[in-house]
Amino acid sequence: MTAPAIELKGISKAFGPVQANKDISISVQPGTIHGIIGENGAGKSTLMSILYGFYKADAGEIFIKGQKTQIPDSQHAIKAGIGMVFQHFKLVENFTVLENIILGAEDGAMLTTSLGKARKELKHLADEYGLNVDPDAVIENLSVGHQQRVEILKALYRKAEILILDEPTGVLTPAEADQLFRILDRLREEGKTIILITHKLREIMDTTDTVSVMRRGEMTATVKTSETSPEELAELMVGRKVLLRVDKVPATPGKTVLDVKGLRVVDEKGVERVKGIDLTVRAGEILGIAGVAGNGQSELLEVLGGFADGTGVITMNGTEIPLTGQGADGRARRDAGISHVPEDRQREGLIMEYSAWENTVFGYHRDKDHQSGILMDNAGIQAEAQEKMDRFDVRPPNPKLAAKNFSGGNQQKIVLAREIERNPDLLLIGQPTRGVDIGAIEFIHQQVVNLRDQGKAILLVSVELDEIMSLSDRIAVMFDGHIMGERDPAQTNERELGLLMAGITDTSAVTNGASEEALNDG
Amino acid sequence: MEFLDIVQLLDTSIRLGTPLLFACLAGLFSERSGVVDIGLEGKMLIAAFFSAAAAFYTGNAWLGLLAGIAASMVLAVIHGLASITFRGNQLISGVAINFLAAGMTVLVAQSWFKQGGRTPPLTGNGRFGNVELPFAIGPTEAEAAGRPLSQMIGEAGPIQQLYSELISGHSILVYLGVLAVVATWWILFRTRFGLRLRAVGENPAAVDTAGVSVIQLRYAAVLICGVLCGLAGAYMATSLQAGFVKDMTAGRGFIALAALIFAKWRPVYAMWACLLFGFFQALETRPDLIEAVIGMKVQIQLLGALPYILTVVILAGFIGKAIPPKASAEPYIKER
Amino acid sequence: MDKMPKWADIVLIPVISLLLAAFFSSLVILAIGESPVEAFKLMVDGALMRSAGWGYTLYYATNFMFTGLAVAVAFHARLFNIGGEGQAMIAGLGVALVCLYIPWPHWSLAILGASVGAALFGALWALIPAYLQARRGSHIVITTIMFNFIAAALLNYVLVELLRPVGAMDPASAKFPAGTHLPTFQDMFSTESSKMFRGAPANVTFFLALAACVFVWLLIWRTRLGYEIRAFGQSETAAKYAGISPVRITVIAMLISGALAGMMAVNTTMGESERLILNATEGAGFIGIAVALMGRNHPLGVCVAAILFGFLYQGGAELALWTNIPRELIVVIQALVILFTGALDNMVREPIEKLFIAMRRRNA
Repeated sequence: MTAPAIELKGISKAFGPVQANKDISISVQPGTIHGIIGENGAGKSTLMSILYGFYKADAGEIFIKGQKTQIPDSQHAIKAGIGMVFQHFKLVENFTVLENIILGAEDGAMLTTSLGKARKELKHLADEYGLNVDPDAVIENLSVGHQQRVEILKALYRKAEILILDEPTGVLTPAEADQLFRILDRLREEGKTIILITHKLREIMDTTDTVSVMRRGEMTATVKTSETSPEELAELMVGRKVLLRVDKVPATPGKTVLDVKGLRVVDEKGVERVKGIDLTVRAGEILGIAGVAGNGQSELLEVLGGFADGTGVITMNGTEIPLTGQGADGRARRDAGISHVPEDRQREGLIMEYSAWENTVFGYHRDKDHQSGILMDNAGIQAEAQEKMDRFDVRPPNPKLAAKNFSGGNQQKIVLAREIERNPDLLLIGQPTRGVDIGAIEFIHQQVVNLRDQGKAILLVSVELDEIMSLSDRIAVMFDGHIMGERDPAQTNERELGLLMAGITDTSAVTNGASEEALNDG
Repeated sequence: MEFLDIVQLLDTSIRLGTPLLFACLAGLFSERSGVVDIGLEGKMLIAAFFSAAAAFYTGNAWLGLLAGIAASMVLAVIHGLASITFRGNQLISGVAINFLAAGMTVLVAQSWFKQGGRTPPLTGNGRFGNVELPFAIGPTEAEAAGRPLSQMIGEAGPIQQLYSELISGHSILVYLGVLAVVATWWILFRTRFGLRLRAVGENPAAVDTAGVSVIQLRYAAVLICGVLCGLAGAYMATSLQAGFVKDMTAGRGFIALAALIFAKWRPVYAMWACLLFGFFQALETRPDLIEAVIGMKVQIQLLGALPYILTVVILAGFIGKAIPPKASAEPYIKER
Repeated sequence: MDKMPKWADIVLIPVISLLLAAFFSSLVILAIGESPVEAFKLMVDGALMRSAGWGYTLYYATNFMFTGLAVAVAFHARLFNIGGEGQAMIAGLGVALVCLYIPWPHWSLAILGASVGAALFGALWALIPAYLQARRGSHIVITTIMFNFIAAALLNYVLVELLRPVGAMDPASAKFPAGTHLPTFQDMFSTESSKMFRGAPANVTFFLALAACVFVWLLIWRTRLGYEIRAFGQSETAAKYAGISPVRITVIAMLISGALAGMMAVNTTMGESERLILNATEGAGFIGIAVALMGRNHPLGVCVAAILFGFLYQGGAELALWTNIPRELIVVIQALVILFTGALDNMVREPIEKLFIAMRRRNA
């Protein structure tokens, strides 16, 4: 057996009191694709950042091709033949592809020679690996998939033998993801070693040779992909049998609460993100919107929540609500009976520096019952906050603690408590369990179902297909700003939804024999 | 108004535009690297004082220049420490540096020279002399002919007037300023350092993950900024004027900042912007000319505010859009 | 968990920064051949040991409270209002117009009128940069700097061409009528037997400044608007989510900031010079930055820091009078305070945070 391309021994890393990596050891054979899977916050990215010289490990050793190697910074990582494609690309947006590729790997002090040489080399790489990109295109004009190719080319240009990809498909369409995996196969054939970090079981099962599972900073197992199953990996990831289905009775939908017709949204860059969609949500049902991130779901929520402008006709309980101008802000939406648990609780749903009690009225702070005279009724708000936190089991139950000091799950509970306790007619909820620990997930799902059972309308947006399938009473799939179709969760499967998410509406081939496959895709 | 008046007005524009140009290029390097510098004014001021003081003691303008650059670089290092090493607020650091320079120059000037915060006037080699180009009519020719220079120039043809007044007869630093524009352009767009510098101002994470030190690049930019501010200040005290007086930069650092925005952070545009703002300042010295041209009295005070007003208009995006480097004013913190 | 206790953040760090600034100021004094101890004694003597000294200290402190509050309010909305100087200059014009052209029967009415004039003109001068920031994304720091220069030019023009009495040489307005004379501390606190605050310019405006501190405290921490200003300052995206309009908050916060900065003109123009002069602000707008930074943007902190700077200012004047140290020493101290409490905050903060974490670990 040859020396492993990479071997990590006993890597540990703590951020303050948080142990992000605990005594982690792995060994990756050259010319293989090794998957690292784990939930958000399991420590995958920390581990790879150590490997790429972003963080210094508190303890442990790194061996590259059998040689003990110190990686104090990215420069050393590059020298050791490691290339990394980050989740958020590290490209200079107003530079050309060529400029981005030579940045940091220039050939001498003058640019002209470097650029000339890089142009040739790029042509060579493109032919070898099927990585075609226009070298003179400016990055900001390229699609996300092409930008990712530039990142891979950057690594290859630096003669990387080991390529690390951190959640590479998060922003890709299924078609783009397929292309990516074909490229990775090609790279493997050429003898490169690839580490693929993801939380998607399907990608691990489809592409990797071996897989390591991380949970709460620890490596719980390393297995051959061919000798494991999605169920086993899922169990290893979360530490116990996952509850894929939420207990709920069939919905009894009532009157239409939200009616959207011909909604269009243009973003700040002038790109149309939502391209004329129609949908309705009725009282007592959950409409789930599935889709790969970046297909207009976020913009849909933003317009409904009142913090982006749109065009079209939206009626709420039979009354049309404005989509631009004064009457279209978050306050007006709340007055219209719309509550909103936003996708990004840290940037939108909460003020991280505010105490929990201040956050329990965020967005409702102008309500009459929170005022005493011209001042805010801080004492009253605090007392109410304490009750809400007790009811939603927020830990620690201390309203005076700043939001930033709560865990992700407890922060989400604070947002949820605030929005649900308002007794809204319609609840918008985006990525309800992103970065939330498993215990809190169940609680949050249960709260959403309870609200439905009280006869409220719920619009759920999630990129987690499992979540969509287990919570929704109806599923609409968004792709490229359009709704590709609507399905009954009982009569569809992940394959069919996956095709819709990729923009393929002809799904007749996969609707038969759906249920077994849904299980396999776990 | 005669042709010679215009030539002389432009000549003054060049003289007054030069300190702006050095400061503007200084700001360009700093801001292109993502470090905003509103302390150009302070660095110019301290350079003006120390260059004048050193030139006075040594009788050598070049040694004065070196002292000015050194003083300016001390402040540049402070700005670097605050904004790069300690990831502080770059704007606040700039404000502090301006006050530090405003206070220290007077304090030290009073302690050394006891003339109420000024240096004694510089004479002889303590100032940069004017370079007389070949074939130009300059003081040497006038002396040889035994006639007043102004008379000789007045009698010369327009081409000779243009050449002798506008092109020839400036301090060596003025020519250095033009050279600095070309050099800046070349460094920025033709060298590896320039590529990295532009990248670090747009997306420092890209530079960092490419294995290049963000901190080193930014320090390099901030130090270059110090050198150029040193040139700007030294020019003020040892070339444009003969010695240092309290607060002699009088807001030029901010006009340079305005010019930088006006020029959209590009070197050649920067030169034109500085010449334009130098022209406004030159007009302030010749209200009679304006009156002769437009036939009415113009408020000198308001003329002085013109660069600022123009900059606000540009910033407001009514004429084009001034978009600063993306990572401006943001300290770089490593993130995954 | 927070990295360190609150008291360390609001007391310990500013005090350490201040000590650092004091240390370096002492070095500067030593370097120019004077004794820091002697200098400090002289400053204390001149500024604090006589009532007249206090009268000057509090006069300056009044200016700094207003400008410090102005900077602080803007900071809460994460706006850096560096234009307090210009806003105060233009506010002086407002005060002058109110005092010159309205016949006031009594100072108590006049001060109200002048306050309205000052606040209105100050706010107006902040409005354009605020609007440009909110609507067109023009960086407020640059625009407010530009507006300082434009204000100076405008004031110069108005004084020289419009308000200067015929035949006068000074670029200054006419003297305000007697009905606008504000009671000075000397008027208020002197008794038959002892004259207090003799000749000092501190006047009734000082109490207005204290009231402004209370007002700002209520505004920021007890009202919906303050809640929204702070929320916007912490996270613009979250503010949008909550239905808080960034444009509205930017404009309102800057209007309040400009009005507060403008209020100092009541003290200088109406309370002291009793006519509009060219350089009434004397850099107080910029000192507001140091005051707000040191006072951690809290009105109480601003109040204390303003008095400290008032002391420095008056002490500095004494130094210039009795020693070879020019007044500019204060500018240096001010620069050092801004440097250490503002720009180099992390340099002071990080070691202290580490210390507290280490201590906690040992206790745990």
